[in-house]
Amino acid sequence: MKPLTTEQIRAVIARGKTNDLIFKSLGIFCLALALLVIVALIADMVMKGSERFTVDFFLNFASRRATEAGILSAWVGSLLVMLVTACAAVPLGVAAGLYLEEYAKRNWLTSIIEINITNLAAVPSIVYGLLALGIFVYQFGFGQSILSAGLTLALLILPIIIVSTREAIRAIPAMIREGSMAVGATRWQTCRYHIVPYAMPGILTGVIIGLARAIGETAPIITIGALTFIAFLPPVPLTETGQGTAGLFDWLMSPFTVMPIQIFNWTSRPDPAFEVNAAAAGFVLMAMVLSMNAVAIWLRYRLRKNIKW
Amino acid sequence: MNHAMSANLPSELPTISDRLAKNAMRNLTERLIEFMLLGAAAVSVLTTLGIVYVLVSESITFFAQIGIVEFLTDTQWTPLFDDAHFGIMVLVSGTLVSSFVALAVAIPMGTVIAIYLSEFADSRVREMAKPILELLGGIPTIVFGYFALLVVTPILQVIFPSLPGFSLLSAGLVMGIMIVPYVASLSEDAMRAVPMSLREGAYAMGSTRLYTAIHVVVPAAISGLAASYILGISRAVGETMILAVAAGMQPNLTWNPMEPAATITSYIVQVALGDLPHGSIGYQTIFAAGLTLLLITLLFNILGQWLRAKYRENY
Repeated sequence: MKPLTTEQIRAVIARGKTNDLIFKSLGIFCLALALLVIVALIADMVMKGSERFTVDFFLNFASRRATEAGILSAWVGSLLVMLVTACAAVPLGVAAGLYLEEYAKRNWLTSIIEINITNLAAVPSIVYGLLALGIFVYQFGFGQSILSAGLTLALLILPIIIVSTREAIRAIPAMIREGSMAVGATRWQTCRYHIVPYAMPGILTGVIIGLARAIGETAPIITIGALTFIAFLPPVPLTETGQGTAGLFDWLMSPFTVMPIQIFNWTSRPDPAFEVNAAAAGFVLMAMVLSMNAVAIWLRYRLRKNIKW
Repeated sequence: MNHAMSANLPSELPTISDRLAKNAMRNLTERLIEFMLLGAAAVSVLTTLGIVYVLVSESITFFAQIGIVEFLTDTQWTPLFDDAHFGIMVLVSGTLVSSFVALAVAIPMGTVIAIYLSEFADSRVREMAKPILELLGGIPTIVFGYFALLVVTPILQVIFPSLPGFSLLSAGLVMGIMIVPYVASLSEDAMRAVPMSLREGAYAMGSTRLYTAIHVVVPAAISGLAASYILGISRAVGETMILAVAAGMQPNLTWNPMEPAATITSYIVQVALGDLPHGSIGYQTIFAAGLTLLLITLLFNILGQWLRAKYRENY
C-alpha cells in the first residue's frame, strides 16, 4: 500500500469533519422535528379551539349542538377516576417497592415478582382494559363505574410507581439503615421513619408521572365501557338525589365519562363544528398532562441538586 | 443504695416481663407488616395471572365454536354480520403495516437523536433536549390521534392527492413520532453506559466522532439498542387510540399503508363502543383478538431478550 500524500491526508481529515458536521446537523434536525411536533400540536389546538375557551365550556354538559357542548362531566369524571387510581396505586406501589428493596430475600419468589413487573410494563394498555372487563366489571360486579376505571388505571401505572419507588430507595445509603438499626429500631420503624420520608421526593415524581399517564389513557376505559354521552354528575355524598340521600361512596358506582373519551367522541363525529370542541378539550387535557409532567421534571431537578448524602 | 435497689427488685420483675411481651408483640407486628408488603408486591403477579385467565378462558369458549385453522387462515373479518367470518389475519395485517410505518420513523429518528445526544451534544443541549423528549412521550395518545386525523392527514393529502381521509400511513407516521422518545432515551442510556476508554482508544487511533460512534459505540451498545427497538415495537403493536381515530375502523386485508384498515386494537375499541351483550360471540371475539395481541407482544419480547443475551457485551 502506497503511503498517502499530505494533500490526501488533509482531504481525509476534511471529509471526516464534514461527515461529523452533517451528522450533527441531522441530530439537531431530528430534535427540532420533535419540538416542532409539540409546538404544532399545541398551536393547532389553541388556534382551532380558542373560541371555546369560556367559562361555559367548563360548566356545560355534552350536547348535540357543538356550540353549547362542554366538558363538565368529563373533567369531573377524570378527577374522580384519578382519585380512585391514586388511592389504590400509591399505597400498593410504595409497599411493593419497599418490600422488594428492604425485605425481599434473593429467592425464586422475588425474581418472579421482578420479571413480572418488567413484563407488565410492556403489556399494551388495551389488554388491561380486557382484564378489567372480565374481572372488575363482570366477575366482581363493579359494573361500568368510576371504581372499575380507577382500579384499571391503578393496575396500569403500578409498575411505574414501583420502579420509581425502588430507584428512590436504592439511592439512600446503607449507613442510614445501619444508624437506625444501631439504636434499636426494627426494620419497619427504619422504613417508616427513615426510608420512606427520604425517598418521598423520588416516589412523588413517579406518582405524578404515573397519574399523568393515567389521565390521558383512553383505550382501557373505553374497553370497560365508559359512556361517551353523560349529561349528569356522579351523586355528591350526603345530598338529596332523585332516589333519596346519596351514600358516602355512591359516586364510586356511578357511570361516568373522562376527558380523553370526550375528545375521542368529538373527533370521530363527521360534523366539523365538533372539531373545535375536540381542539379545545384536547388543549385542556394537554395542559393538565404537561403541567403534571413539568412538576415531576422540576421535582427531580431539585432533588438531584439538593441531596448530597 | 445497693440495698434500696435489691428491695425494689420484686416490683421491677413485672416490668421486665412486660418488655418481653412487648418484644414478642413487636416481632409479631414486624412479621405482619412484612407479610402485608409481600401481598402488595404480589398484586403484580396476580395482575398477570388475571390477564392470562381472562383472555384464555374467554378465548376457549370462542375457539370451541370457531376453529383455530379458520381463525388463522380466513381472509375476512366480519364477526358482527349475519355471514360471520373470523379471519384474524385481516386485523393482524393492519397492525403490522401501521407498526412498520411507525418503526420506519421511530427507529432511525430515535437512533440518530440518541447518538447525537450521547456522542456529540454538550451537557447543556442534553439537559434541554431530555425534557423535550419526555414531554413528547407524555402527550396523551388521543391527542396524537386528533393530530393525525385533522393535521397530518390534510398535509399528506397535499403530497399524495389520492390518500383517503383515514389511512394507516398518517396514523403510522404520528405513532412513529410518539415512539421516538422511548427509543431515543433507552438507546442513549445504553450508549452512555459504554466505557469512555473504548472511545478514547478510537480517538487515539485518529477516528472522527461519527466513525467512533458508528464503529465502536453502537456495536458495544447493540444489545441495549435492540432492547429499545423491541420496546418500540411493543408500543407500536399495542397502540390503540391513534389508529382508532385516524386509520378508520373497517377491517381490510391489505399491505398498502395508503389504505384505511382496522387493527387488532382498534377493533377492540370499536366493539367496546357498541352495545354487545356479555357472553355473545361478538363479545368473545375481543378477547380472542386481545390474546392474539398479547401473544404478538410476548413473541417480540422473547426475541428481544434472546437478542440481548446473545449480543450482551460486558465491560
